[in-house]
Amino acid sequence: MSKNSEAKKEAVNVSEMIAQNKKKKNISNLFEKLIPTILFLLASITILTTLGILYTLLSQAIEFFKRVPIWEFFTGTVLKPLSQNPEFGLLPLINGTIISTIIAMFVAGPIGLMSAIYLSEYASDRVRRILKPLLEILAGIPTIVYGFFAFTFVTPIIRAIWPEVEATNILSPGLVMGVMIIPMIASLSEDAMTSVPNAMREGSLAMGATKLETTLKVVIPAAFSGIIASFVLGISRAIGETMIVTIASGSSKNFTFDITQSMQTMTAYIVEVAGGEAPAGSTIYYSLYAVALTLFVFTLTMNLLARYISRKFREEY
Amino acid sequence: MIKQVDATQLKSKMNSRVRKNAIWKSIFLLSTLFGLLVLAVLIIRVVMQGASWIDIDFLTGRLSTNADRAGIMGALLGTVWVMLVVIPVTLIIGVATAIYLELYAKRGKIQSFIETNISNLAGVPSIVYGLLGLTIFVRLMDFGNVVLAGGLTLSLLVLPILIVSAQEALRAVPAQLSEASYGMGATKWQTIRRIILPAALPSILTGSILSLSRAIGETAPLTVLGIPALLIPFPGGLFDTFTALPMQIYYWTLDASLVAEYANLAAATIIVLLVLLFVLNSVAIFIRNKFQHRY
Repeated sequence: MSKNSEAKKEAVNVSEMIAQNKKKKNISNLFEKLIPTILFLLASITILTTLGILYTLLSQAIEFFKRVPIWEFFTGTVLKPLSQNPEFGLLPLINGTIISTIIAMFVAGPIGLMSAIYLSEYASDRVRRILKPLLEILAGIPTIVYGFFAFTFVTPIIRAIWPEVEATNILSPGLVMGVMIIPMIASLSEDAMTSVPNAMREGSLAMGATKLETTLKVVIPAAFSGIIASFVLGISRAIGETMIVTIASGSSKNFTFDITQSMQTMTAYIVEVAGGEAPAGSTIYYSLYAVALTLFVFTLTMNLLARYISRKFREEY
Repeated sequence: MIKQVDATQLKSKMNSRVRKNAIWKSIFLLSTLFGLLVLAVLIIRVVMQGASWIDIDFLTGRLSTNADRAGIMGALLGTVWVMLVVIPVTLIIGVATAIYLELYAKRGKIQSFIETNISNLAGVPSIVYGLLGLTIFVRLMDFGNVVLAGGLTLSLLVLPILIVSAQEALRAVPAQLSEASYGMGATKWQTIRRIILPAALPSILTGSILSLSRAIGETAPLTVLGIPALLIPFPGGLFDTFTALPMQIYYWTLDASLVAEYANLAAATIIVLLVLLFVLNSVAIFIRNKFQHRY
């Protein structure tokens, strides 16, 4: 009798345990099913960010174009947002942006590419392992530090050599920006060149070509799409760079090609106007967004172009 | 008739080609060293200008218009508070996104759409994020220019960097580990939580610290948010106004034409910022070397 009840008790316990386990499993099953949804929702924050950027820029820029005709904005050569009769011409800013980018690429293009050639083709493993991280430190220095460096160190040196250069000018930030972009071009170009298979180099060397000839006639042509893509990304970086030009190039909205003068880039204009507490709702406040939209389109185009080039023209080995 | 090779002509030709190679080799080396030279000049210059200004009073003092008494405690605290927002926000969203993309999303349109979107976001200039933060966090949500608004803006800015590095970390965990876990009857989430995430954690942390160091050096978005550099109380919470180290450098550099000593203060602050970044990066490298498993 007692034995029987004990067995019964145990049986109850087992069935209870099974039921409990099932319940547990149901909960964990539910959890298991919920997880992908939760993760997807968190992942969609990146999409919301893009939508947020587009919505912010477009909605406020449209407000601006209601007040200033779009044609006038993109072809105007005079930018006087604070005057009694404000004029909103974008060309001075586009001009400043393009000129600073050209100066930067004059530095970063050749030096970045030549660094990449050295690191990928000439340097021994040991030397590369020392030089590469050091070069990457350059990329990790905050841009405000470069701005300080351009303004308090590079500009005085340039003015000592070339007295016509003004205290704020586009040349000095352009040069410093170039230095900042060197590691980016060097490392992306180096990646492109290292991915060229060794068999091609060896073939060329075996034919009696020197290392230089191999590099120029075999490796660079094979890695060309990657190198060009790295240049385009460098340009995009230069267009979006803000603090160096804000500090060292001043805020004159000159429409000129004279690099000794102060010019303003699109990014620096945004800092000046936003930092100046432009009252929300004023035309000058909305002009921020129109300029930022243009900037966004510029850099997005460059980034898409870089991806297109590296995909479309990549040589597969 | 085969023309005989003229040994002397060949030799002189070959010699000039070899010499050309040697010359260009040194040009390539010099351009590599150029970047490093600028880096050295920059650091030496900043240290020479600012090092003598750094003392306990400078580190713990309040902001002052008197250069001799000015301190950066407020900016330091502001930067720390911003870090306290950026670390959890980017880690949670970034790791979740990476897990979704690597382990849950089906290879297809949605996945490639999200990935393309992330790589485009990585290329958006930081100043545009500033306008996003100004419009959404400062104005629309009405936070004002407080720690939370600055932290969230910077989080969105560095999120793409963290996601990509977390994806790489997850991808580097070998399939055998998760297959063994599935083989023992573990579910997918159990496998992720107990096997894959712990294995990928060192790399994820390294990526997190690197994106954090990007965030604390950023200035442009903060200028747009309207972060002040006035005499304000030290920030003590998420909804306090704040200033940060890069903003302090910015204002002192701008005002250097008014008071010459401000340039030295800016240099001293730059040293503090660079030391902070150096420490963070050293920790990242330490974690990577110490805890990373090689499978």
